[in-house]
Amino acid sequence: MSPVDTVARAAAEADLPQPFAELGLTRDEYEKIVATLGRRPTSAELALYSVMWSEHCSYKSSKVHLRQFAAKAPPSGALLAGIGHNAGVVDIGHGYAVTFKIESHNHPSYVEPHQGAATGVGGIVRDILAMGARPVAVMDALRFGPAEAPDTGRVLPGVVGGISFYGNCLGLPNIGGELDFDPSYAGNPLVNALCVGIMRHGDLQVAAASGPGNKVILFGSATGPDGVGGASVLASATFGDDASGSVSASGAGDAAKRPSVQVGDPFTEKLLVECCLELFAGGLVTGIQDLGAAGVACATTELAAAGTGGMLVRLDAVPLRDASLGPPEILMSESQERMMAVVEPGRVDEFLAVCAKWDVRAAVIGEVTDTGRLVMTWHGETVADIPPASAADGPVYHRPQARPASQDALAARDPATLPRPADGAGLRADLLALLGSPGLADKSWVTDQYDRYVRGDTVLAMPEDAGLLRVDEATGLGIALATDGNGRYCRLDPYLGTQLALSEAYRNVAATGARPLAVTNCLNFGSPTDPAVMWQFAEAVRGLADGCAALGVPVTGGNVSFYNQTGTAAIHPTPVIGVLGVHDDVRRRVGVAFPASTGGDAPAGLMLLGRTEPEFGGSAWAHVCHGHLGGRPPAPDLDRERQLAALLAAAAADGLLAAAHDLSDGGLAVALAESCLRGGVGCTVRLPGDPFTALFSESAGRAVVAVRPGGQTAFGRLAEAHGVAAAAIGTTGGDSLTVDGCFAIPLAELAAVHTRTLPALFGPALPG
Amino acid sequence: MRLAGAEPVALWHGDRGLRGVDAVILPGGFSYGDYLRCGAIARFAPVMAELVPAARSGLPVLGICNGFQILCEAHLLPGALTRNAGLKFITRDLLLRVENARTAWTRTYSAGEQIVVPLKSGEGAYVADPGTLAELEASGQVVIRYAGDNPNGSAGAIAGVCNAEGNVVGLMPHPEHAVDPLTGPSADGLGFFASVVAKVAA
Repeated sequence: MSPVDTVARAAAEADLPQPFAELGLTRDEYEKIVATLGRRPTSAELALYSVMWSEHCSYKSSKVHLRQFAAKAPPSGALLAGIGHNAGVVDIGHGYAVTFKIESHNHPSYVEPHQGAATGVGGIVRDILAMGARPVAVMDALRFGPAEAPDTGRVLPGVVGGISFYGNCLGLPNIGGELDFDPSYAGNPLVNALCVGIMRHGDLQVAAASGPGNKVILFGSATGPDGVGGASVLASATFGDDASGSVSASGAGDAAKRPSVQVGDPFTEKLLVECCLELFAGGLVTGIQDLGAAGVACATTELAAAGTGGMLVRLDAVPLRDASLGPPEILMSESQERMMAVVEPGRVDEFLAVCAKWDVRAAVIGEVTDTGRLVMTWHGETVADIPPASAADGPVYHRPQARPASQDALAARDPATLPRPADGAGLRADLLALLGSPGLADKSWVTDQYDRYVRGDTVLAMPEDAGLLRVDEATGLGIALATDGNGRYCRLDPYLGTQLALSEAYRNVAATGARPLAVTNCLNFGSPTDPAVMWQFAEAVRGLADGCAALGVPVTGGNVSFYNQTGTAAIHPTPVIGVLGVHDDVRRRVGVAFPASTGGDAPAGLMLLGRTEPEFGGSAWAHVCHGHLGGRPPAPDLDRERQLAALLAAAAADGLLAAAHDLSDGGLAVALAESCLRGGVGCTVRLPGDPFTALFSESAGRAVVAVRPGGQTAFGRLAEAHGVAAAAIGTTGGDSLTVDGCFAIPLAELAAVHTRTLPALFGPALPG
Repeated sequence: MRLAGAEPVALWHGDRGLRGVDAVILPGGFSYGDYLRCGAIARFAPVMAELVPAARSGLPVLGICNGFQILCEAHLLPGALTRNAGLKFITRDLLLRVENARTAWTRTYSAGEQIVVPLKSGEGAYVADPGTLAELEASGQVVIRYAGDNPNGSAGAIAGVCNAEGNVVGLMPHPEHAVDPLTGPSADGLGFFASVVAKVAA
């Protein structure tokens, strides 16, 4: 008898037990497969359904909520392609379009930090490439357990090294991101990678297999056993307390332990990028999809389901790195650096010639049919025969959700009861404590390992509020990008916390002088089977959809990462929100650095924009100085965010601003310190009202700006016209951060406190 | 090169011809992923078969970062580049000192001039045997030196060297990222490109 499980055998041996539970399918799901097929699935079909119906690929628990993004989307003339594609596409004018997306690689990065994080970069880059765009930059939002925890010492350097290894080799500048620490991420680090790409309007590619007779070509790396069941199964299962990467799912019943985490080859990815762009330019592709989680299974079913509807695939034609692989493993393999294209028969030779030029391996593995069936053969025998939409669409769950009782207790822990610094010396000490805390300390230890310059169009990069890229040299057209998330705010109130993350990213983009245009998101949560987590998720999605509607920026795509928990302890709900903006002229960009005074120049005037209330729930001050989490997060005010953003863009366009910095974690105190350190220039401020509230409150909708000498009157008029409260609080200059009547801190002391933390934790930045 | 007033021409690694160019820049990057030794495979690229004799005959050649590594592997320049002393990739804007302003690529600078140019590499520690180092110092073949921090443990804080004739220069920092203050820390790197344009025009 053939060792391969064929459709004929499945029909003949209907009662053979199938290892559906081991592959993560429930009995209900398995029975649904049997009902769809009218027989038991073959091992190949079972493998295919198991990965396609995993949480990671099917969004089965989140789908019913995510629909709000489309339903509540504000009218936007900028959207060329929205949700449902690999990534959304946004019109930025002058014939250019931008596509961007953020995706999680949390679980692989915990198991094997270096390769897990590296392949996270590789995966999101292929998503962007598949849209027809040239990838031009990456960003990374990283969250780890306590900075001093021994395991953080294993995970963080590995993750940063992996991102550095992959992104630098690929030739993509890393222009920003986040780094934060919290005990809730111990055992569940968050590694969210963003990529942005640029194309001309006509360059948009589709992920559909259309036109019967067209050939299906798999190109890029050969397929190996790495990552069999990797992302799709890993990201769909909760780690036990002994999480060791032993989660394994070999559909062939092979007992061999295989690495669950994929291994990255950035040079091959670089060749794949250039090869694809040349294929697109030559008009050689009618449909294309990247291979990520669930590999060939996902690409074939999704391409077929989105196109004419049928496909014939010869699995034995897939180039292999390991000749022992059978159909189930080939379908599930998550080998990196692969793409699948649909090509007219008459263009196949040209297609293969371009691949040969770039040393990219390519193989015709099948063709589009009009049978409505996805049929797969293995040396002439049929091993799969399914309606592709049944696998691509997957189940849909309305998971139970319940606001946990602990929310009330948390809200009752009012930060107003915390002891506040009594005098200037106390305020000074708290500011230094914040600046030296791992989440707010200088991040050069991390960011110096990334190439922020490559491609030569980076105008702003970390530690600026947002990354800013030049798109067009002649006009100065550019794009700005920022990601933000705040697990503490979201733990206190996931609806408001998500709107605060959105507000902060929106404000960060605006601070450069760009106009926010569109939103992507990476929703990191615990297990969807926990009603409390599901409530957090539903609230976060509702908050984001409502927030985007209020700000007039549509969600163009995103990613959901569930099962971020160890045992029954879930991470803080952590939606990470990415905002894209367009900058009309990057030569008028505004950075966070206070301007160096040259000779007899008058100092720049510092203005505090927005309104400050005593809001300390979830604040960095409560967290760092008291280890406290409780109360209510700051109240977002989306109308004021809009007004502030419009003011910042107008003032940048008029050339009125020497610097702008958004106020967020650590409030005005931390923002002033960062701007001083970035510019190497001090400042002197006089604060209205209670200095503690003025310095450390985290009220939303605020920024501090340095107005160029002579521009005060014009800026004041502009602020009034935009309805933004603006208070003159001081001037730049000198070599200390001075708060009149409270304290003065020399820049050298600020710098020492700010820069020593991460090297002390993770090793010296420079030798010797 | 365009900013310096010349016309850039792309050369394909797999071609043999140099397409009549007046000078060649081997840019940075990760040839063959740097999976073996940096530059060790690229030195065998077909285009190198033309480039090596042309360089030996006086063609101005500049190797930046991976290009420098390739020139060392091809024995057009002495020494080698090894892993940074800190064993991590480093991106930093660095203060450099132009030690030799007579080469084809540095003639618009003055000797001793200090410039700010980004460094971004993981294997940038310059090494050579003591005899070679002494000879480089004595003959003025040290072109660029780290003037502040020695970020990667390079011997003698050497950031760039040239051949005896001064037409072939290699350096780890990236002058092409310091040609416009909009996209770099300075415009100090433009001099490398202006130098060769002046040299070719002369």
